[in-house]
Order: sequence, then C-alpha cells, then structure tokens
Amino acid sequence: MIPITLTVNGEKVTRHVEPRRHLIDFLRLDLGLTGSHAGCEHGVCGACTLRVNGKIMRGCLILAASLDGADVVTIEGISESGEVADLQAAFVARNAAQCGFCTPGMVMTAAELLAEGGSPTRGEIREYLSGNYCRCTGYQAIVDAVEDTLRSRSAAP
Amino acid sequence: MNEITPASIGLSREDLPNSYIGRSVPRPNVPKLVQGRATYTDDVTLPRMLHAAFLRSPHAHARISTIDTARAKAVPGVVRVFTGHDLAKICDPWVATLDHLKGMKSAPQYPLPLNRATWQGEPIVAVIAETRAAAEDGVAALDVEFEALPAQTDMETALAPGAVVIHPELGDNLVFTRTAESGDVAAAFAAAHKIVEARFVTGRHTGVTLEARSIIADYNPADETLTVYHSTQAPHMMQGVFAKQLRMKEGDVRVICKDVGGSFGIKVHVYPDEVAVAAVARIMGRPVKFVADRFESFVSDIHARDHRIKGRLAVDAEGRVLAFDIDDLTGIGPYSVYPRTSAIEGNQVVNLCGGPYDFMNYRCTTTVVLQNKTPTCQYRAVGHPIATAVTEGLMDLAAEALDMDPVELRRRNLIRDDAYPYTSPPGMRFEGLSHHASLNKLLEMVPLDRIRADQAEARQRGVYRGIGFASFIELTNPSPFMYGIGGARISAQDGCTVRMDPDGSIVASSGVTEQGQGTEAILAQIVAHGVGVPVNRVKIITGDTQTTPYGGGTWACRGAGIGGEAALQSAIALKQQILEVAGAMLQAAPETLDITMGEITDKASGKPRMTLFELGRIVYFRGDTLPKDLQRELVQTRHFITKEYPFAFTNGIQASWVEVDAATGMVKLLEHWCVEDCGRVVNPMLVDEQVRGGIVQGIGGALYEYCIYDAEGNLLTTTLADYLVPMSAEMPEINVGHVETPTRESLLGAKGAGEAGTAGAPAAIMNAINDALRPLNARVHEQPFTPERILRALGTIA
Amino acid sequence: MKWPAMGYDRAGSLDQLWSTFRAHGSSAQIIAGGQTLLAALAFRLSEPSKLIDITGIPELRGISVQGQALRLGALTLHADLCRDPLVKAHAPLLAAAAPLIAHPAIRNRGTIGGSLAYADPAAELPACIIALDATVITVSAKGERRIPASAFFTDLLQTALEPQEIIAAVEIPLTKRLGAIEEIARRSGDYAMAGLAATLHLEAGRVIKPRLVYFGVGKIPVLAAAAAKALEGRSLDRATISAAQAALAEDLDPPQDLHGPPEMKRHLARVLTERVLQGFLREKVQAA
Repeated sequence: MIPITLTVNGEKVTRHVEPRRHLIDFLRLDLGLTGSHAGCEHGVCGACTLRVNGKIMRGCLILAASLDGADVVTIEGISESGEVADLQAAFVARNAAQCGFCTPGMVMTAAELLAEGGSPTRGEIREYLSGNYCRCTGYQAIVDAVEDTLRSRSAAP
Repeated sequence: MNEITPASIGLSREDLPNSYIGRSVPRPNVPKLVQGRATYTDDVTLPRMLHAAFLRSPHAHARISTIDTARAKAVPGVVRVFTGHDLAKICDPWVATLDHLKGMKSAPQYPLPLNRATWQGEPIVAVIAETRAAAEDGVAALDVEFEALPAQTDMETALAPGAVVIHPELGDNLVFTRTAESGDVAAAFAAAHKIVEARFVTGRHTGVTLEARSIIADYNPADETLTVYHSTQAPHMMQGVFAKQLRMKEGDVRVICKDVGGSFGIKVHVYPDEVAVAAVARIMGRPVKFVADRFESFVSDIHARDHRIKGRLAVDAEGRVLAFDIDDLTGIGPYSVYPRTSAIEGNQVVNLCGGPYDFMNYRCTTTVVLQNKTPTCQYRAVGHPIATAVTEGLMDLAAEALDMDPVELRRRNLIRDDAYPYTSPPGMRFEGLSHHASLNKLLEMVPLDRIRADQAEARQRGVYRGIGFASFIELTNPSPFMYGIGGARISAQDGCTVRMDPDGSIVASSGVTEQGQGTEAILAQIVAHGVGVPVNRVKIITGDTQTTPYGGGTWACRGAGIGGEAALQSAIALKQQILEVAGAMLQAAPETLDITMGEITDKASGKPRMTLFELGRIVYFRGDTLPKDLQRELVQTRHFITKEYPFAFTNGIQASWVEVDAATGMVKLLEHWCVEDCGRVVNPMLVDEQVRGGIVQGIGGALYEYCIYDAEGNLLTTTLADYLVPMSAEMPEINVGHVETPTRESLLGAKGAGEAGTAGAPAAIMNAINDALRPLNARVHEQPFTPERILRALGTIA
Repeated sequence: MKWPAMGYDRAGSLDQLWSTFRAHGSSAQIIAGGQTLLAALAFRLSEPSKLIDITGIPELRGISVQGQALRLGALTLHADLCRDPLVKAHAPLLAAAAPLIAHPAIRNRGTIGGSLAYADPAAELPACIIALDATVITVSAKGERRIPASAFFTDLLQTALEPQEIIAAVEIPLTKRLGAIEEIARRSGDYAMAGLAATLHLEAGRVIKPRLVYFGVGKIPVLAAAAAKALEGRSLDRATISAAQAALAEDLDPPQDLHGPPEMKRHLARVLTERVLQGFLREKVQAA
C-alpha cells in the first residue's frame, strides 16, 4: 500500500492505496465520488476525463499511487465551484446529454477548451471533443452547448 | 396537415402556460447528469456486497474437459467459485423461441454451460470475490481444460452438408425460415423493362453502450426476496425472468432500475452472466455485483445485423416498381436470445423491404442459422437499416438503369399520402404515413440545385461528391402481435398512476423507463399538460417493479406512444377527479371549472377560484368538511394498449451529402438531413437530438463499426481502439425536420421516434457514396464502407 | 480489466532509479505518462512486479537549445510539443505531428520518451525523429549512449534500449529544412492506417538529403532508401515524384491488419508520397 496525500476538489485527502488502483476506482470506491465514470478502462472513451494539476487527463490511465501532492478536480468539484455553471446550463438548455454517462467527461473536456480562450469554430470544437465518446446524441447538441457558452463568455464584459 | 395544438387533442386552451405538449421543455433529469450526480447501477454499493468476474471461453467451440478451481479459491479475496453444474441446481435453462414464428427452434441455454462452450467469450465459470480485482485474479488462477472442437463460423455454409451442427439435438443449424410472397413475382420480372440486382452485406456490429451491462442481485434468505439493481430497459420483464428461472414468485422479486447509461436494445435481453449473478446471490444470500468490462462487452453484449442479402428489383419503362425479390441470410450465434428471440431481425427484413413503395409483387425469404459467434439479437431499429439499405440501394440502381433522377423515381413510387389505410405486400398495415409530404419537406431543406452544381464543378477538379436519399418506414408502438402471441411474457401494454399530494404536487409512476431519451421529461410534460400544473410540479417515478404499474418498459419506440398515452389518460382522469372535488367545494358544476398552472379556475373567464394547495389541504386534512359521499381519491391509474393496428408505423426520408477521397477510399460526411413523421411531437428538442443520435448510430454501422472475426471464430475487435465508434470530429451537421401524422389509436397521437435515424442513415450514405463514385464506375453495397472496400470497388487494389 | 497486483516506487533521481532497478531486476518496469503502458496492463498483456515512476527525475525534463541541437527531455509531453516556442522554431515537424496524437487528455500526460520507448510502428513521433535525423540519448547505470534515431527501432515494439536503460532525451539537429507529416487515419486521433513524415532540403529546385519515413506500414517506422535515392539531386517535379512512388516497392513490405491487406498499405504510402511531395512543390512554387 502506498501512502498518498493529495487535494481532491479542494479538500486534502490522505489514504493508502494499492498500486493497482487507478484514479477512477480511487475516486469512486475510496472517496465515494461516483461522478467520474469508467467507460472502457483502457483510455479510449473519455468518460473518466478529469483534471489533474490543472489539465484534463484520463483517470483510468493514472495510478492513484502516483498522485502524492497532486491537485485533482472532478465533475463534482467543478460543479460546486461554479466554474462551468454556464456550460452546464447550456447543456441543459440544448439537451446536450441523454443517458449522461459520457457527460461528466464531456464537461471536463469542454471546460479545458473554454479555459484556453480563443474563438474555436464548430469544427475545432468537434476536434477538441473527439476523444470523448457519446453514444446517445449526434454530438451536435453538445457542440451547440459549447458554442453557446463560448459566445456568451466572449460577449460578457 | 395535422396541427399540433392542445386544442386539437381535446385538452385545455393552447394559450395556457401549462400547455406543454409540443414544446421544447428542458429535461428535468439533465442537471444531475451534467453535475455527475446521477446514480447508475455501478454507483450503488450494498453492505457485504461481493463482485463477480467470469472465465470466458477462449474457443469458439469447445468441450469443457475439466474445471479445477483449487488455485482460484486460494487467491486472496476470492470467496467462492461456481460452475454451470453448480448453478443448474437452482436455476432452470431457457429456450428462446416464439410460437408464431412457425418452425422456429433453439437449444436450452443455461446461465453457465454444463459441458460445451459455443462461442468465444461465453461465460463458463463465475468467480466471486471481495473486489472485482480479486475476482479477476481468481479467474486468472482457474485451471480449465478445453478440448477445442471444429467451429461453424460462416453462415453461408451453416446448412451445407458437412457443417458442424452446433446443437446435435436440433438436427441442423436452421433456426427459422420464412418466405412472404404476394402477387406474381415471376411474371412481373418477365414483363419488366429493367431489372437490377445486387448483393448486399450489413456488417455485424454491436451497441457499445457507454455504461456497460451492470447488475447487483441481492437475495435475503430471511424474507426470501430477491432485489435486483439492474441497468435494463424492461424491469417488469426481468422480474418475471428472474422469478421463473430461479423458481420464485414474481412478488418476491423486485427489479430496480436506476439511471441507465444507454441501452439501444442491448439491455432488453436475458444474458447468461446476469442470470448467473442472480443465481449466485440466491445461493449465497448476499449482494453480488457484476459490471461487464469493455472486453466482456464486446464478446458478450448481443451483436446484430450480420446479414447477406441478395436483392432484385423489376421496374417498368415509366419507372414504376413491379416487384421486389429478396433473399436474406443471417447468422445469429449459437443460441437464439431469450425472450425476444434472434429470428425477429430476419423476420423484420421480410416485413419491411419495399416498405415505402406502392407495388404488388413481392417475394422475400429470410433464413436464420446458427454459428459459433457471439449471439445476435434486437439492436436499435431491428432489421430496418438492413431492409432500407436493400430497398433504397435497389431503387438507386433502378434510377441509374432508367437514367432517371433518383428523387423522381421515388416520387413515382412512394405510397400516396391519401392512400391510407394501406396494406403492404408482406402484410403490414399502415394507418397513415406521409411519404410525399416528407419528401417535399426534405427538398425544402436540401439545397439540391446548389449541391448538384457543386458536385459537377468538383468532379472537374477530381473531387468526388455525392448525394444519396433513403425513404424508410419504422415500426413503433408494437401490440401483442410482436411477442405476446408467440408466448413471450413481454408486455405490450403499459400503465401510469398519477396522484396529487397535499401541497398540490403531482407524482406519476410509469411502467416505461428512462435510458436518456427523455422518457421522464415527456411524461412530466404530458402529465403537467393533462392535469394543468406547471411542469416543475410533476415528479416522475420509473424503473421499480415494486412502485410502478406493470408495463413493458422502453423498447421498440413505445415510450411516448404507449407510456405517454397511459400518462395522458391517467392525468386527465386525475384532473376530472380534482374538478369533481373542487366543484363540491366551490358549489360549481365541475365542467365549468378548469385547472391552470396549479389553480382551479373558472373555465369561461379564466378567473382563479382556488389553489391546488388549498384543495389538497381540505381533502387530506379536513375531509370532514366535504360531502360524505364525495369521491375524493386524488389518484388515478390508467393502462393503455393499442387495439386497431399491430404496429404504429412511422415514416421519413434522409439525405446524405458526402465526399469520397478516391485516392484513399475515405468518406467524409459533409451534411445530413432527415425528415421524419413520428406523429405527435411531444418535445421537438428531444426528438431532434434522438433522431441525430440515431443517425450517428446508423453512420457507425455504415462506415466504422464492425465485429471482425478470424476464421476460427475469435473476435479480433475487442477494444475501443479496434472497434471504431463514431466520434464528434467526423460527424456531420444534421438537419432535422418534421411532418406530423398523429395516430388515431390514442388521444396523444404519438408514435415512436428513436429508431428512424438508424433505420435510414446507412442507406442514404451508401447511395451518396455510390453517387460520388458513379463517374469512376464503382459501387459499394457491403457495409461498413471501409477505405479497403471502396479501394477494391475502384479497382485500386485487387 | 483491473490492473494486476504490482508494486510501485518513485525514483526522484537517476541514482535512485538504478538502485531500484538493482533491487528488483528485470521484472520492474518504468512508467512515465503511462498512457500506453497502463492500457496494456488493463489487458494484462504484461504483469510487471513493480512500476518505477520516473516522472520526478529532473534530468529527464526540459526543452532547450544546446549547441547545434534542440534537446527534448524524455518527459516532454505531447502537449508541450504542440505549443512550445522552441519546438515550433526548431522542429516544426514535431509541432505539426503532436496534435495528430490521440486526444487532448492523452496529450496532457503522454511523453515523447514513452512514445519512442513503446515503439508502436503506427505512432507519429518515432517516424518524426527518424525524419529529423535525431539522436536518442539513453542513460543507464553504465552511463550515456547516443543512438541515431534510424537505429533506435529494431523490431515490432522493440528498441535498442538495453534492460534497465532508459531514454533521457532526444536531440534534434538545428538544420533548416522542409518538413511535413501526413497520415490517413479512420478517425481523428486514431493510429494511422499509413503515414509519412518527411524532411528534405531544396537547393535551386533540387532535392537534397530527403528523408521519407513511413509509419503504420511495417514492424518499425520505415526510412525509405530507394525512394530517397529516386529523389536525391533531382528537380522536384511530377516525374520525380512518380519515380519516388515507384521506388517505394523496394522500401515497403507492409503487413496485413484490420484495415486492409498489404497492397492497400502500399497504395496509401504512394498516395502519401504524392501528397507530401506535392506540398513541398507548392511551397517551392510559392517561394519562387
């Protein structure tokens, strides 16, 4: 068991973890944060996307044991902080989620695109989201929601 | 055209703020989804819960020689190990046949096989451990000896002499065959001006729900009840299945279905590993969780669409369709899947080919055979994309042979909009469709002149673009004629209970389920509309056999059409009951009153008379002040089943605009259009993205998704890196339009909308690719249309 | 798909790494970004006794110009390659290649060292460093070695790394040249069905020192010698391009894969040759 102390959604957490524990199981099983989803556990589907030290990553391709000192933000944290309240409202308004299993990862990925600033085209939004699999929507409502949020942010003073 | 207004369906005035039917109301479920606050089955943890993992057959066909569990049992964390024989003591096998599919046969299937593995990936041994990781370690430590047997993988040789008969007791590998024939096909072909023919292949693919199949079974030996948390589309059906197979009473089994991470037909079947988990829980008396990992999903979720179809079409000199002659062959794996059976897909091909067109002579045969591959069964738009690809592929070939515009050929043959009721050659009865209105609407949306000019200009530059069309019909709102008459305990009816609580809140519980399509949202809209309250005052309960009226669940596009109508009828009944009570309290005739935004109003003037809060206070806490004989049950239940037509058919048409890179065989999707007629549209925003999602799933089958096997029956595409699902970067902008022809079977008039996109997209894309390739004299009819296949068609590679 | 039971250690310095290696022998496996390794562990393709995390070793970090070379520490992220100004200035080919690798969340954790060490024949970076005539700097307890990129990849998923030797950095010579990468992938971010990373000089319209490296078409990235010979010293025109395409028959012996037969890969390689060289031709015309 490896001792780790890290920050998860702003709270300091100390645990002992098995090296075989990936970050998603650590969050879900050890911390009860079930908003991050294990969709494929081999790094392809994007359902487990979350933020580590300020950048999005695949939670299923990270050893929890390697995160001593890290700063982890999950969908629960980014929701509570209000950072993407506008994006989430746009998802609701545009019906950009159906079953919702991909949605936390999709929101985390879109949040990074928003944080990078600039004014990406719809094609560039699609490209940025291209590592996040959604089986339900046609992706269009998701692109709409991200585009709406970009527009309203750039219009804001 | 049918106007969609509340007044037109006999409800309150359409200008009322609670007139929700037809409005794009946001789904109340979405905030929890975007904040990671949903509860999927894997999010549930129960005290003393154990975890299951399965050893799966490494062979397509093998005798199980010995199973030595000693090393596995010694693995830290492993609690018990179960073989097929262990579970068979308390769990009965099932046979998936339907009586109305004449001559259909299949073999008994156990949760874990007793002696023989019949597909690579079949669960053989269950390891139960304290964690999933320990269970997997236990699986790795199992010593199971298999004696590999010859495998029957090719469906084309499944009935030939020398084929491996997968279940010797059945005599051969034939599961089912049916021929529908009407008119005089031979004479029609003899008299034809042009005959076109082609061999079509639809690639075996699968559902890839992002949330894998998930189940927790918990047996309490003290009260002898089984509680199952299950990611399923049909909780009541599964309640019956668990009760029957485990020899229990239905009342002792409760199925709870929390949030479901996608289903698409994948989660409406009985899977041996899931029944095994229930059996293990029954034996151990503790909760057991099983969540399929992605490897397991690819080899054990049902596959679909593994068909080879030979089709011929005869037309006269004016381009009128004279006859279709179609031969369909499909391999379904080693077992027909319970309880819907794996013969329905082929049967649908027989029912649906030629569906949009008015013609007389028809012959179509389906042959359904066994093979040693993952079982196939019903997946979104069952059979439709196959029938549509064959029909519309042949129509485009005919247009080319006649040198006629493909739109014009369709216009000449589509069933007239005033021709209904209409019975198709294979016997499908259509209540009312709108093929011509839909085509006209599509042509308003598609800038065809600009596209044709662009296409011509691009060809000059060696850039090959094409547009393809596909008309389709879609079967929705199935009656008992789909499964019930065949003996399956699959409910075609559904119920809804609506009640008013003391503060005027409305709670509705429904037998249909929510898997993301927005079932709960539209039920809330319908109930709010029906009762007369703001939509945010309505709470919807689904997915619990103990608290919802018995129903079939959500599949075959029945949520809105069946569940929605039950909700509407029960809401109207509750409103009536509320007005009776209000009338007594206000000394007014109930028919002079209405309910608007949660207030009792005077119908004529709109003047508020009393709040529902006040009415609730009197009824629940001061019932003594009401007339003694006044009925005051503020709860109403109604069940609904269609009665006139076996199915509520819908229709539509799609267009796809593509660019084919003739050098690489890559297809770029430029834009896509769909007009569909699902009857009454309850929430346009939800329907639009449902249609888009369906189209993208159709695009998946057409261009990307493919379960590739080697000759020995080993699945090669077992990761998301090898099995290609459609992703956002490659998907086109999709434009959706509607024509509305409500069904008269119900007050609501809704038909299904979830499968239209998938039904038509592959055919539209195929025709677009072939339109693009026409100057190069190349054609493709074999899905998926991969770069390899396109390069072969071009003669670039041999 | 849970990872197998294993140990985990962090190495904070190279010395710590060597001592951990000594303690655990050959079944210990180093991990950097882990974006390939951990997926492979999920499939239980290998079961190392211990993972040694090297992301805390400072010597493996950093992007700098040292003498006549751009030095990229092994822990340089794909995301760094996308945006680092030194990379843009001195190795624009890598800046062009990095966005083709998987997706943002992978690029934020995957490293150049990991990509080179894993040596997937369809990966972009191995082909790029050969095209750039780079040198792989390796380090072990015995000291440093400098291995030409073209000699680094030895067989399918195999490299010239000795046991308990790791990649420290990649050095790219600061040479002005034209470079381009093009690939044909089914979907954005997928491994390519076939790809080409190429560099060359154009002097008075003539091709000098062309390096055409094909990926996804063999066991290792293929530096096409015959095609280069067909180009060397010639004027970059249609005839020369055709000659290079024809010469590829000698250079390539692609395997069958899920996307198609060897013949298709050969064809796609010819298409890529045409497209990349035409791209240079366009630049040449514009320059003129």
